[in-house]
Amino acid sequence: MLNLSALLYVLLGLISAPLMLGVINRTKAICGGRTGQPLLQVYYDVVKLLRKDVVYSRTTTWIFRVGPMMALGGLITALLILPCGGAPAAFKFSGDFVLLFALIGIGRFFTILAALDTGSSFEGMGASRDALYSGLTEPVLFAVLITLARITGELSLSSVFANISPLLWSSSAAVLILVAVIIFVLLLTENSRIPVDDPNTHLELTMIHEVMVLDHSGPDFGFILFGSALKMWIFSALLIGAIMPVHTGNALIDGALFLGGMLLTAVTVGLVESTMARLRLLLVPRMLVGATAIAAVCIFLTLK
Amino acid sequence: MNDLIFVLLILTGFVFLGSGRLQFAIRTLALQGILLGLIPLLGNWQGLWGRVLSIATISLVIKGLVLPYFLTRAMHKSKVMHEDHPFVGFTASMLVGIICLGASFWLASRLPVIASMPSQIAVAVSFFYLFVGLFVIMSRRKALTQVLGYLVLENGAYIFGVAYAIEAPFLVELGVLLDVFVAVFVMGIIIFHISKSFDHIDTDQLSTLVG
Amino acid sequence: MNMILAALIVMLVGGFGALLVRSIPKIANSLGLGGAVIGAVAGIVGAISVLLSPHAVNSLRVPWSVPFGSFYLAVDSLSAFFLIPVFLLTGLAALYGAQYIWTPQFKPMIASHWAYYNLLAASIVMVLVARNGVLFLVAWELMALASFFLVTMEHDKVSVQRAGWIYLASTHIGTTVLFFFFILLGTKAGSLDFDRIAAAGTQIHPHATLLFILALIGFGSKAGIVPLHVWLPEAHPAAPSHVSALMSGIMIKTGIYGIIRALMWLGPPSVSWATTLIVIGCVSGILGVLLALVQHNLKRLLAYHSVENIGIIFLGLGIGVLGQATRLPVLVVMGYGGALLHTLNHAIFKGLLFLGAGSVLHGAGTLDLEQTGGLFRRMPWTGIAFLTGAIAICGLPPLNGFVSEFMIYFGAFHAIQSNAALSALPAVVAIISLAMIGGLAAACFTKAFGIVFLGEPRSLQAAQAHESGAWMRWPMAALALLCLIIGLSAPLIPAMLEPVVTEITGFSLSSLPNLSKQIQSPLSLVLVVSLIFGGLIGALAWFRFFRLRGKSKSQTVTWDCGYATPTSRMQYTASSFAQPLMALSVGSMLLKKHIIKPLGFFPEDGSFNSENPDFVEGRFWKPSFKGVEWFLLRFRWMQTGSIHLYILYITVTLITLLIWKLW
Repeated sequence: MLNLSALLYVLLGLISAPLMLGVINRTKAICGGRTGQPLLQVYYDVVKLLRKDVVYSRTTTWIFRVGPMMALGGLITALLILPCGGAPAAFKFSGDFVLLFALIGIGRFFTILAALDTGSSFEGMGASRDALYSGLTEPVLFAVLITLARITGELSLSSVFANISPLLWSSSAAVLILVAVIIFVLLLTENSRIPVDDPNTHLELTMIHEVMVLDHSGPDFGFILFGSALKMWIFSALLIGAIMPVHTGNALIDGALFLGGMLLTAVTVGLVESTMARLRLLLVPRMLVGATAIAAVCIFLTLK
Repeated sequence: MNDLIFVLLILTGFVFLGSGRLQFAIRTLALQGILLGLIPLLGNWQGLWGRVLSIATISLVIKGLVLPYFLTRAMHKSKVMHEDHPFVGFTASMLVGIICLGASFWLASRLPVIASMPSQIAVAVSFFYLFVGLFVIMSRRKALTQVLGYLVLENGAYIFGVAYAIEAPFLVELGVLLDVFVAVFVMGIIIFHISKSFDHIDTDQLSTLVG
Repeated sequence: MNMILAALIVMLVGGFGALLVRSIPKIANSLGLGGAVIGAVAGIVGAISVLLSPHAVNSLRVPWSVPFGSFYLAVDSLSAFFLIPVFLLTGLAALYGAQYIWTPQFKPMIASHWAYYNLLAASIVMVLVARNGVLFLVAWELMALASFFLVTMEHDKVSVQRAGWIYLASTHIGTTVLFFFFILLGTKAGSLDFDRIAAAGTQIHPHATLLFILALIGFGSKAGIVPLHVWLPEAHPAAPSHVSALMSGIMIKTGIYGIIRALMWLGPPSVSWATTLIVIGCVSGILGVLLALVQHNLKRLLAYHSVENIGIIFLGLGIGVLGQATRLPVLVVMGYGGALLHTLNHAIFKGLLFLGAGSVLHGAGTLDLEQTGGLFRRMPWTGIAFLTGAIAICGLPPLNGFVSEFMIYFGAFHAIQSNAALSALPAVVAIISLAMIGGLAAACFTKAFGIVFLGEPRSLQAAQAHESGAWMRWPMAALALLCLIIGLSAPLIPAMLEPVVTEITGFSLSSLPNLSKQIQSPLSLVLVVSLIFGGLIGALAWFRFFRLRGKSKSQTVTWDCGYATPTSRMQYTASSFAQPLMALSVGSMLLKKHIIKPLGFFPEDGSFNSENPDFVEGRFWKPSFKGVEWFLLRFRWMQTGSIHLYILYITVTLITLLIWKLW
């Protein structure tokens, strides 16, 4: 079932995703008492990178050149399954969330391979950490989906989000709040934000995501930057979709509410990044197990 | 609304399992105490309001303020701030906590539900605290942490009492008395004396006292 | 049926014919290869024709003088479906093997190798078409023995000998349990013929639980579920690569076949059976992938992944059985369908991966991940084939692994949506396990592919690796292509599997048109989205090419943080890749460290050595066997070596039997 009106949201995502990163950076700057980068800085960066030359490592093979493309392609395709603003996504079917996360997964697979392709210990380090952490976040993601599927009784992401109503909130408020917290923690993990990873660090030994893409340059790196913006957009849309209690049916109002929610998410991420410190690397699995515990609580609450 | 408080209680239980910093654990216990003080006010009692209010205030004061104060003093006196090498690691403790939570929900489903319960999941939370408290006592080395575990165990018994308070109101008052007992006698005397007679309060080392 | 019989005969003739011309290796090789390939082609034609016309009668019954046995063969949809990967992999692995064993170390054994190989293939076919308990067990034992001789082909190596013994012991433990299974079944049903057993439902059902447990242990030991899996990581690395592909791809699937047959006989299942299957699947899957993550021998890693994928198949079977117990057709079709498809898929991509590993061994001379690296430049075809297999086994779109996992997820989510709490809990466990398995499998295969094929060579052997010959490359390419084709034909899968599912469970897709539509549209949309994904990659590639046209594309060293001479030893190794897992508490179960610390003010030498033993073997089987050995040693006094005493034993037994029977 192809919903053409959803393509507008896809276009909106492609255009405004980098703006979210800009809002996050501006929030961090304000909290730090600085003026900070222009809001549209990520756009300038992507365009600049697309115009640059490339430098490749002699060790790398065509997998290194293909990696950023696979990641970006997966994320853009995922936009077609992502419901925004309470409206159905472009493609809507039972079990579409499995495909959504699998598309993100194949992007991650190739990013890790590209990192190992360089033969550098730094990239290898980031790749191994990222591989393990994403292995630990997959079950939590699915636990959230199980909870949402059970309380709304629907199996397609679009239907699940459309069924989040004030009635549902009044009966399962605790569960929905916990679901929101878990999705937020996963957002921070998958997008390598504090407390999992510091996007501003310059020390290779402390990086996870940043170090995996250390050797990319030019258009490849532009793809990666744009891809990270899209990933932030996708996870924020998942968060907003899971908690938005109001669906008026009017496309404009719903759209405005959706964008407001995304803005709020970006500001919250910025605030979290400004107020928390990055966790010791050994404690990140503990935090992820904590998220698993919360997910287990959700499941037990909905199973009884 | 009631469910929210109990969910928050479950979360504090997991936080307690996963943290090695004693000051943080004591603060978590204080939060638990405040929430537990609020619980009696949630159920629908008929005609027991006077007792319920007094129990609520006493629990809140003792569990939320007095006990944490004493515990913090004990912590500073004995200079033990961290639980460093528990027998079961913190990540594994949280996984065990998940299993305990599942078991408690199953056990709770075998017991009858009565109308005056503050929430559907009250009994499950009480079993959960029981298991968490026992587990912490079994798997941690420092005496202070074990006292905290015992207090969590007791909180669990207290919740159980509140849930079935209509049937057996004395349970709740007995629970509060037990708390007072722990606060004054067990913790104050034993910890201070242990740290005075020995150089540290690793209960591990207590086993060297055996014949 | 006739084609399959013909296939059997051709394979056996080829194998024994090779033995006859033992002295001329070239003819022996061709004869054995020819027998296998022609048999495979005939067999596939036969199997597909049975699947296309499921109601035709396909059986052969020949009187046999063995008590309780009859030479009764039949091919129904279930057997036909399992026969397809058998013949496919036999043929392709034979093509690969013909060139693989044409090396000085294997040449003297070529003839006997082909004899055992064809015998193994023939016995697997026989297991799948046998319709009598005695015949089944004979074929089962032949399968075990033929594979034992193939596993111990390089019998001069101590590790291979040890692997052979462990394999032989495990398979015979399983066979013993199967003996009890068939004996119990036969006494209740009155006969060991499968059709009579299927008709004797009412006599069997009261003992269904005991039979189910026996079937799980007996067939499960062949399939490789935890804790009966310990032979897999020993036997598969010891065998030659194409034999490993055969064993891992199809021999362990006979265990799955056996369980499905048992389920067909044991009547309406209960939710507890479904829960058992799901728990077994969960434990095998997660333990399999955890143990795989820490291996640094490529074939051992792949063997543990077989354990994991058998776990996934069990999860699918569990969902299907849950559907039967709760009367939900969606679960039945998608659960059994997903499990069956995953059986086929696993045969294809695991076969592909083992052939790739053999290619690595052939080209670089080693299977130790720490000694390889950078092989992609020197062995591009093997690399692409292995990459395809890796993507498929991780369940990533658009390849076949994703389709089967999607089907199992679909079924499980429907269980959650519509069921009461106690029957939804197994589905929850299934989904969470599947998610965890998928995530960790991706971590493991990025490690395997990345360390072996990417980066810089870590040893001289790897730096001088050479690509395999054409006979070895074409089977890999064919299997890789099959992965893609099956992945892209997702919407057609339920229709293809319908005859098999109908036969197993009685639920027919065509009689439930709503269900058909409910299943069809998600799969079609999966295909559409996968195609869009492919198209997008193409568009991005074109865009990149367009942007980089006329720009300089220079090459330099990898970013080395200012160190002037990065070497290949500075790269991440396999053990370091798995280190974050080791740092967690579970890791201590999987790792044994031997550290000699340099102590003191003037430290002497220190050393660090770590190994990853299989803890199920170390903590469960070894102590059990030691216990049995201790117990049996108590009876040592009976063996004195004196002939007189032995004759006394015989006489006493004889007299006792006579008195007992003639009293």
